[in-house]
Amino acid sequence: MEIRVEKIRKEFELYPALHDVSLKIESGELIALLGPSGSGKTTLLRLIAGLEQPTQGRIFFGNEDASYRSVQERNVGFVFQHYALFRHMSVLDNVAFGLKVRPKGQRPPKAEIRRRALELLEMVQLTGLEKRFPSQLSGGQRQRVALARAMAIEPKVLLLDEPFGALDAKVRKELRRWLREFHDRTGHTTVFVTHDQEEALELADRVVVMSQGKIEQVGSSDDVYDRPNSPFVFSFIGESANLPVKVEGGVVHFHGAPTGLTAQRDGEARLFFRPQDVSLIEEGPGLTGPVTASRRLAGTRIAEVELGSATEPCHVEIEVPLEASATNGAILSFRPTRWKLFY
Amino acid sequence: MSNERFKNPISESAPVRYGLIAAVLAFLALFVLTPLVIVFTEAFSKGIEEYLLALQEPDAVSAIRLTLLVAAIAVPANLLFGLAASWAIAKFDFRGKSFLITLIDLPFSVSPVISGLVYVLLFGANSMLGPILKSYGLQIVFAVPGIVLATIFVTFPFVARELIPLMQDQGTGDEEAAISLGANGWQAFWYVTLPNIKWALLYGVLLCNARAMGEFGAVSVVSGHIRGLTNTMPLHVEILYNDYNVVGAFAVASLLALLALLTLVLRTILETRYGSELSAGQKH
Repeated sequence: MEIRVEKIRKEFELYPALHDVSLKIESGELIALLGPSGSGKTTLLRLIAGLEQPTQGRIFFGNEDASYRSVQERNVGFVFQHYALFRHMSVLDNVAFGLKVRPKGQRPPKAEIRRRALELLEMVQLTGLEKRFPSQLSGGQRQRVALARAMAIEPKVLLLDEPFGALDAKVRKELRRWLREFHDRTGHTTVFVTHDQEEALELADRVVVMSQGKIEQVGSSDDVYDRPNSPFVFSFIGESANLPVKVEGGVVHFHGAPTGLTAQRDGEARLFFRPQDVSLIEEGPGLTGPVTASRRLAGTRIAEVELGSATEPCHVEIEVPLEASATNGAILSFRPTRWKLFY
Repeated sequence: MSNERFKNPISESAPVRYGLIAAVLAFLALFVLTPLVIVFTEAFSKGIEEYLLALQEPDAVSAIRLTLLVAAIAVPANLLFGLAASWAIAKFDFRGKSFLITLIDLPFSVSPVISGLVYVLLFGANSMLGPILKSYGLQIVFAVPGIVLATIFVTFPFVARELIPLMQDQGTGDEEAAISLGANGWQAFWYVTLPNIKWALLYGVLLCNARAMGEFGAVSVVSGHIRGLTNTMPLHVEILYNDYNVVGAFAVASLLALLALLTLVLRTILETRYGSELSAGQKH
């Protein structure tokens, strides 16, 4: 099921949570909504589910306008952040709930409901736990019950709100891989919300980076990491350094000195680059300053270099070869090899 | 070991501890236990036969019946009201919400006698509404409807106050999950909301019932004290006592005392078994 969000605006108490957001999600895609808290990612997910009403704009499921359909009519599988499992029901009853509440004509007979619920539990690898209550399960197991419960209504779309947020690191990694396999096996259009970029980049076909109620960039992991299209995306995803620069006559200057980088357009700008995308230079124009701190990080060394004047220092972190001398006070000169200017 | 010399920072020395415990026990014995014992000794002072006869006396029977009738109307009414109010307050956002919470607490801060008096002023013979209602053959004050109204007023915070914090704490997550799975509003309420609050609801109903049956002040003002017609058990106790019918008064009082004890036992059972589901803060 393809989902199209068209110019959605959502206001809470006059405070806009989403400004004119448009997004197209292809059928069968696994999409991550990534952003810091308050970026509107959960609001967007809840709007797609129908748990919130948009102030303006429309949402299409396939070719049908679903904007005014109720949650029940949209037939989406929603996995809540804290799972929202029904605590007084057994695992089996939780999973069977969606079938049990169907109107009389569409409700399968009891034995059939039970069979389907057990089948779903098998699919999420929880066979044998059907009589337990949610409080008797581990976090990862609850998560999978929530998923099986959402799948019971045979949804066209699967929506997950911070699916791994409440789990510890190890379980999180396992479930991440498991969810990817599950998605590939079932082929549902899946949208999940996360604030963890590693999770988004590893798991999703495409990542939607959001900030302050707007979509900053939509693209594959490679796109958003290697070709960030805004200062926000550049600094939000991965490590990065940025410096205020001035382009004059096609040459990028920092603090009045040429950096050895060239650009098409003149004017004030910010220069962004990643710590690993630099090379140390012996001579010629570049960025030069004393090392103020350095630390060993696995196979590399990270040096913090102070650039600019003593009154307005800019600290940037760069990766240096292990053999390079990067003791405090040593003067380093380097030039970014991959970089981007934002005017 | 140095353990003996270690003083627990939040503990008191032994004499202080035992002194405090003794003071509490003495207080309880004097103000709670003694009256309770006296109720039963006085009730049985002329033997069990007199006791049983006193309870079979027609006015006593009618007082018991009226009390049960009033509770049977007031408690379900407040159950529904309490559910509706706490549902509205906990699950929805609207203007005047905190004002509504204050209003629900009003009966706790108003003297019951005053609330009874309000009904007399509102529906009595000299009020605006009284003559109109009378022309339709409806008597509110000095009749059963007035007693029911006054009891509902006095007892209406009990269920709501028990449920509001619990439901606020539980939030709307479970209901959202239910409707996202296709449940309609009624199914979400019946299968999800109600089971989540059932013990707290029962607890509130228990307290509400105890108060409804024991209410004196408000009911006393609106009842008119007509023997065999508008006397509830607490009012009947007063009348019998004023008539120097000690056995009769204490016999009826013993029933109210038994109700109190039963309520206490049920409360304790609920609190020990389902304590975590009664109060806010429960997470699974």
